[in-house]
Amino acid sequence: MSRVGVFVCHCGENIARTVDVAKVAEALKDHPGVAFTTDYKYMCSDPGQALVRKAIEEHNLTGVVVAACSPHMHEKTFRNASDKAGLNKYMCEMANIREHCSWIHENRDEATAKAMDITRTIIEKVKHNKPLDPIRIPITKKALVIGAGIAGIQAALDIADGGHKVILIEKEASIGGHMSQLSETFPTLDCSQCILTPRMVEAYQHPNIELHTWSEVESIDGYIGNFTAKIRKKARTVDEDLCNGCGDCLAVCPAKRISSEFEVGLGNRTAIYVPFPQAVPNIPVLDRPNCTLFKGRAKGLAKDACGKCKEACLKGAIDFDAEDTFVEEQVGAVVVATGFQLYSIGREQPQGLKGYGEYGYGEVPDVIDGLQFERLASASGPTAGAIRRPSDGKEPKTVVFVHCVGSRDPEKGIKYCSKICCMYSAKHAMLYKHKVHDGRAVAFYMDIRAAGKGYDEFSRRAIEEDHAEYIRGRVSRIFREGDVVKVWGFDTLSGEQVVIDADMVVLATAVRPQPDAKKLAQVIGCSFDEHGFINEAHPKLRPVETNTAGVFVAGACQAPRDIPDSVAMASAAAAKVMGLFSAEELERDPAVAIVNEATCIGCMNCARACPYNAIEQREICTVDGHVCGHTAWVNPGVCQGCGTCQAVCLSKSVELQTFTDEQVYSEINALCLWE
Amino acid sequence: MNAQYTATPREGIAYYPGCSLHGTSREFDESLRAIAPVLGLRIKEIDDWSCCGASSGHMTDHLLGVALPARNLALAEAEGFDRVVAPCAACYNRLAISQHEIAADPGLAERMPDILGRPFRNSVEVVNANQLLRDAADAIKEKTAATGKPNPLVGVKLAAYYGCLLVRPAAVAAGEDSENPSSIDDVIRACGAEAVDWNMKVECCGASLSFSRTASVVRLGRAIVSDARAHGAEAIVVACPLCHSNLDLRQKAMTARGQEPLPVIFITQLVGLALGLPAGQLGLDRHFVPTAPLLARLSERALAREADEARKKAEAAAKAAARAEKVAAAPRGGEPE
Amino acid sequence: MNGTSRTLASEIAASAGANAAACYQCGKCSAGCPMAADSDLRPHNLMRLVMQNRRAEALSDPTIWYCLTCETCSERCPNGCDPARVIDALREMSLAAGISQTPKNIKAFHRAFLEQVRTNGRVHEMGLVMEYKLRSGDLMKDATNAAPMFSRGKLSLRAHRIKGIDEMKRIFEACGTGS
Repeated sequence: MSRVGVFVCHCGENIARTVDVAKVAEALKDHPGVAFTTDYKYMCSDPGQALVRKAIEEHNLTGVVVAACSPHMHEKTFRNASDKAGLNKYMCEMANIREHCSWIHENRDEATAKAMDITRTIIEKVKHNKPLDPIRIPITKKALVIGAGIAGIQAALDIADGGHKVILIEKEASIGGHMSQLSETFPTLDCSQCILTPRMVEAYQHPNIELHTWSEVESIDGYIGNFTAKIRKKARTVDEDLCNGCGDCLAVCPAKRISSEFEVGLGNRTAIYVPFPQAVPNIPVLDRPNCTLFKGRAKGLAKDACGKCKEACLKGAIDFDAEDTFVEEQVGAVVVATGFQLYSIGREQPQGLKGYGEYGYGEVPDVIDGLQFERLASASGPTAGAIRRPSDGKEPKTVVFVHCVGSRDPEKGIKYCSKICCMYSAKHAMLYKHKVHDGRAVAFYMDIRAAGKGYDEFSRRAIEEDHAEYIRGRVSRIFREGDVVKVWGFDTLSGEQVVIDADMVVLATAVRPQPDAKKLAQVIGCSFDEHGFINEAHPKLRPVETNTAGVFVAGACQAPRDIPDSVAMASAAAAKVMGLFSAEELERDPAVAIVNEATCIGCMNCARACPYNAIEQREICTVDGHVCGHTAWVNPGVCQGCGTCQAVCLSKSVELQTFTDEQVYSEINALCLWE
Repeated sequence: MNAQYTATPREGIAYYPGCSLHGTSREFDESLRAIAPVLGLRIKEIDDWSCCGASSGHMTDHLLGVALPARNLALAEAEGFDRVVAPCAACYNRLAISQHEIAADPGLAERMPDILGRPFRNSVEVVNANQLLRDAADAIKEKTAATGKPNPLVGVKLAAYYGCLLVRPAAVAAGEDSENPSSIDDVIRACGAEAVDWNMKVECCGASLSFSRTASVVRLGRAIVSDARAHGAEAIVVACPLCHSNLDLRQKAMTARGQEPLPVIFITQLVGLALGLPAGQLGLDRHFVPTAPLLARLSERALAREADEARKKAEAAAKAAARAEKVAAAPRGGEPE
Repeated sequence: MNGTSRTLASEIAASAGANAAACYQCGKCSAGCPMAADSDLRPHNLMRLVMQNRRAEALSDPTIWYCLTCETCSERCPNGCDPARVIDALREMSLAAGISQTPKNIKAFHRAFLEQVRTNGRVHEMGLVMEYKLRSGDLMKDATNAAPMFSRGKLSLRAHRIKGIDEMKRIFEACGTGS
């Protein structure tokens, strides 16, 4: 026999202003199965919860209905209160008479009647509730961090320092990401590599971190606490255990004119190469498409066309027949930290973006982007830190910095602001002026976004101390005329067209996700936006989680971000991972779907409809192992409780706990049977 | 007027010359008529066509700016055509925009027949001379080779000047990249000449302010002509009567003392030269910047090339003959003489 | 949206489809405008006047008549604000409101041009030039070019009137243009 307690909340004025809550409580006193009703000003408060606990004990309640706000707000609160009083928490439900009633209606009489109807439906539902136990699943206490830029390194170090094992994957030959390409960082003008390399070494040497460079994630299956990650270790051609980083192979490689990706096209490298001198690990990789020997093999040459590196290697570390290998790892959490790429103004663009024909499509000499300028300014760069223009190596006496190239430009396909460019353009202007004292730095900007700590002061320094000329207005055209690059801009503050004959132009191009960001997100199984940025679970309150349980995100792969914010986000993601790993088992909400194997016909409609791949096909065997049928089985660890399977099941064999057919029909009946 | 609508469109393409081509830019019309039959293009001037309104129409009254061109589209439709070529860039722009706006606005499309006093289904596609000639590039190459005379345009450096109305707005650019278009360049290359890479391809010449603010036109034109000159162009190729007039009629004011002016020729005249048609037939004697010196230079170069080739042929023939003699005189190995 | 006050921006949005509120005054239009050097108000200034509903200033500005409709501004505007279309709308509205300050020469040119179209159906350039000179008072304009134009056969003395001239009158009336 049901003994349901009904608690109607005033929610201050939020509900009571429109709904006569006392009347609702009074009217439901006589509803079949109701043993106790009351109304109270703030049910979610301590005294309010105490009311629930007291009523459960005193009236031996078998079910609780709190008619108040949305379950999203306080279902957990009241379930916990019930649990403390000894009533299974899943026998407690909420009737939403705020968002669904008092907040959307004005007529008191009608709203009150509706509130009674709503509460009745939930009372009828609760009568069919069953006590449930949380689902407990094991957790593999090992994390996978994808991407080893500053965010990935930070997350890996934090998790590793917290006592858990980390697999750190990086697709390039060295860790460090874009931060390793920078010359100096704002707002302190710290040497970027000087502050980064200690972290890189720490990550490399940490006993809890297993580093795989020149590797990519091939597939990730499973669910929170129980992921299976398959990692492709691309063929390096150099054995990582035998190589001692001596560099003899680099010295003898005949292919010396390959454009270096690290130098962003401003310098060359050999086919067998280490991306930069401070690379971690300091083990070369062979770029097979550009290697003389491999080009020969591709053509079908009988004899290998080269082999100098192998001959020079005293450790016998080079193996031309090495192939990609695969490593499978069981992990409990994944952190995505794949970083960003810069937008290109060229003709070839992915779907949805356009290039800048008015700036010459990237074909005008001496028009470069921010990362290229970093390489020019960097002491370990192609010009050893001297500012020289790429076309003729001359020192430019007039450099124009153009903000917002791609960013804030809906017609080109990017509406957002890339956040870091105002700061790094100010930094570039300052670095230029520090190195070329008689040089002229001109910056065309729209707004200055300098919101971080010390940021506005930094950008003012560029103007007030280093005398960079800041002109507010966007640039219409950039083209080459003889020896100069002509820049047609406008000064909206003084109202004049401005034409600058520049020696070099630096474009602050937009920050975009990596080229394979969307593909990787699909492999991992987390959602992404139209640009390929990973989606956070909630923009305000859950910035480092994704909507896929167990997958966290850190750094610029989620949105344009500077270094301090990326580091903070990485530590936050690490904290989430360690929180996950702190329990012995993972407790999950039992509101999952369960298949009645007796009635299931094995059509697998549910598996096809399930958005989370939570349903498997299982064989039904006789005692002697003979397969006599199939049934569907819902993995309680993966099921997110959406109920889609229940809707498409032909034989009505799968039901979502807490939303069974019986429960839902009883709610509907409640509306029809009672006035 | 024939108001019957045939299911299959009439063969050929309707031709809308516009006021300039019957007046100050006669040579554009003349050269088009001269090259059309050679290239197998059947063009027919629309009967009783009227002014498209050019700038004055749309600058003073939006509806007028749409209705005036629409009348001509209706006329072409009535004559059974599904395509009309408007060589004048302004006319092209107005006709294309009108067609576009009426297609995008069903309310406007409904009102048009009443405004025009004629039936109108907006079924005619509008093209300009560059598109027409670019699509006929193969025919141009073929007929140029078939003239039997040396092509005077081989190796000459030309600057393709598009101006504004052929490439903007993007809706009427017909697939051209508004910042870096290529149709005139393609035609230049099809004619055997060299299209230079230069910076003022799509910068405005001053358009309709030719009379009312000549100083602006001179300022803008100077930048265009000097850039073409700086990039080695020997002439500028245009497809717009207004650009032509601004750069040709007014070039004297833009040219510094001692500087040689740059001839400005229509794309149709260029094709005519490649096809071996006489300069008079193409209206090349009507320009203010004389074209005769350039043509003379080109024909000199063509003759020099021809002579050079003939010489090379003769040398090669002589060498071959000498070798043949040597072989004949040499003893055959292993056999007694 | 109540229709009590029609702002300049909302009128232009309705007639030209251009959204002045999308303009963030970056100045890229004015940077590339060929007539900026000769104008007081540049495209982005005009957009600002529209945004701020400064109707009288916008419509009575003489420099809106210098716009060539070269469409460079509209082509490059990052927000697709279409300043060229907005300026055309301002011109039309200024004539309709009777407060246009069209510079004398430009007014004369447009009047002469449209008069030719209305009475002949086509623009007879000789007639256009003569009427322009009379209206603008600029009698010596291009006087030295007249003879060479004739000798090159570029000017004809006789105007051609189209057969369907009534249709032209009909179109002008339907558009109710007061120019």
